[in-house]
Amino acid sequence: MEGLVEALGLTSTFELLSLSPPGWGGNLLRGLMNSLQIAFGAFGFGLVIGLFGAYGKLYGGPVIRDLLAVYTTVVRAVPELVLILILYYVGTDLINKLVMGFGGERVEINGVVAGIWVLGIVQGAYATEILRGAILAVPPGQIEAARAFGMPPVMLMRRVTIPAMMSFAIPGLANLWLIATKDTALLAIVGFNELTLETKQAASSTRAYFTFFLAAGGLYLIVTLLSGRVFKRLETWARKGQPSMRQAKT
Amino acid sequence: MKALLQPHRIVMILVAVALVLWCAVSMQWDWIPKYADLAFLGLWRTIWILVVTAVLGFLLAIPLGLAQAIGPWYLATPARMFCTVIRGTPLLLQIWLLYYGLGSLFPQFPWIRSSELWPYLRQAWPYAVLALTLSYAGYEGEVMRGAFAGVAKGQVEAARAFGMPRFTMFRRIWLPQAIQSALPTLAGETILQLKATPLVASITIIEIYAVASRVRQDTFIIYEPLLLLALVYMAIAGVITLAFRWLERRVPTRSV
Repeated sequence: MEGLVEALGLTSTFELLSLSPPGWGGNLLRGLMNSLQIAFGAFGFGLVIGLFGAYGKLYGGPVIRDLLAVYTTVVRAVPELVLILILYYVGTDLINKLVMGFGGERVEINGVVAGIWVLGIVQGAYATEILRGAILAVPPGQIEAARAFGMPPVMLMRRVTIPAMMSFAIPGLANLWLIATKDTALLAIVGFNELTLETKQAASSTRAYFTFFLAAGGLYLIVTLLSGRVFKRLETWARKGQPSMRQAKT
Repeated sequence: MKALLQPHRIVMILVAVALVLWCAVSMQWDWIPKYADLAFLGLWRTIWILVVTAVLGFLLAIPLGLAQAIGPWYLATPARMFCTVIRGTPLLLQIWLLYYGLGSLFPQFPWIRSSELWPYLRQAWPYAVLALTLSYAGYEGEVMRGAFAGVAKGQVEAARAFGMPRFTMFRRIWLPQAIQSALPTLAGETILQLKATPLVASITIIEIYAVASRVRQDTFIIYEPLLLLALVYMAIAGVITLAFRWLERRVPTRSV
């Protein structure tokens, strides 16, 4: 029983979590920064893929449409962990072949870049579906009106489609961002030093498993809750000018 | 059938067949017979974990959803907090917290060590099942909350007007309709659960993903086991989709 009390005693906990070297807090925060960096990068990369994917699915020719259908189906049916391994090996192989083709040395891939690349491709499949749905929800008359004015396609996308679809896309994108932050934990399995792996290392070297895993859980939760706030703001901003359902009901 | 026979699709199918043939001929597959038994064991474990955790998690999700939909605040708040925490932290962290955390806490208590449960608590699978069950329940609780709230009020009122006891009303009217409206989401969540099962390989459970990793470590063959693994998961996901479609079709709905 004494062991439990001591484990729950807060003095040792603070010592373990302190930011300076005897404590492991600095390591955890560094891991969190790595996680967030990858999550940001992967989310952004996924959005770019998703935008092109959605346009391809909606306006592309039959071949592009079928290829994109294969992409989204496969990515959504295979576990992220397996995809991460496959894409990781494929990516390093391709880059090494390229570099060696130009007569260079074998290179070690930067973990952050590899993480962004693999998670971005996974995110892209989900983003494609979300953005496709959002574009479909834009009243077609608005796009037709812009076309009737002779707007070139890129300007139409920038000025009409994207602003009009934002309010439909943001709830789905908020979910996708949360998936991105949590999927960074999977990179722990391929040995990348993000928050979860740092936590495990700290926990197994001090044997204070509960302290560290709960602390990391707290960090993830803070990120989740804060992003929830930010996305709510974004949604209000994207919805400005739209009639509110709540007012219409009364 | 007609959709498959468009010219570009025929070309794509031919390309895909050629790709498969090329993989079969030029890649290394001679490791398969040696690992086949282990692979089937792993496949069985994956499916077992998936089915058990999905069923248990769903049973846990019903009270969670109900508490959030109509429960008093002292039930609704903890249920909502549980769902938020589960959905806000990575599953890998939860698995490791339970396995390493609880696993290091239990041996400190003599009465646990001397209990009959101890032989099980020393293995990895109870922690894996617990973590995956809680995770599924957390995600599903949120879905069931929406489903319970979405059942048409008139249905429940009609049942009450017939003088149905509360539990019978719940069992016969409310729950079936909530499940029915949640079925499409349940199918998606179950596929997500399938995709979460390889995480338990990180706590020493030999399921299909762990078998593929072992092949990779033993033979240094990288792509072949991973591709086969991806194919296996796609097949299981396909079976899940078909099963849920069959379930959905069993429920008669008014066609729009």
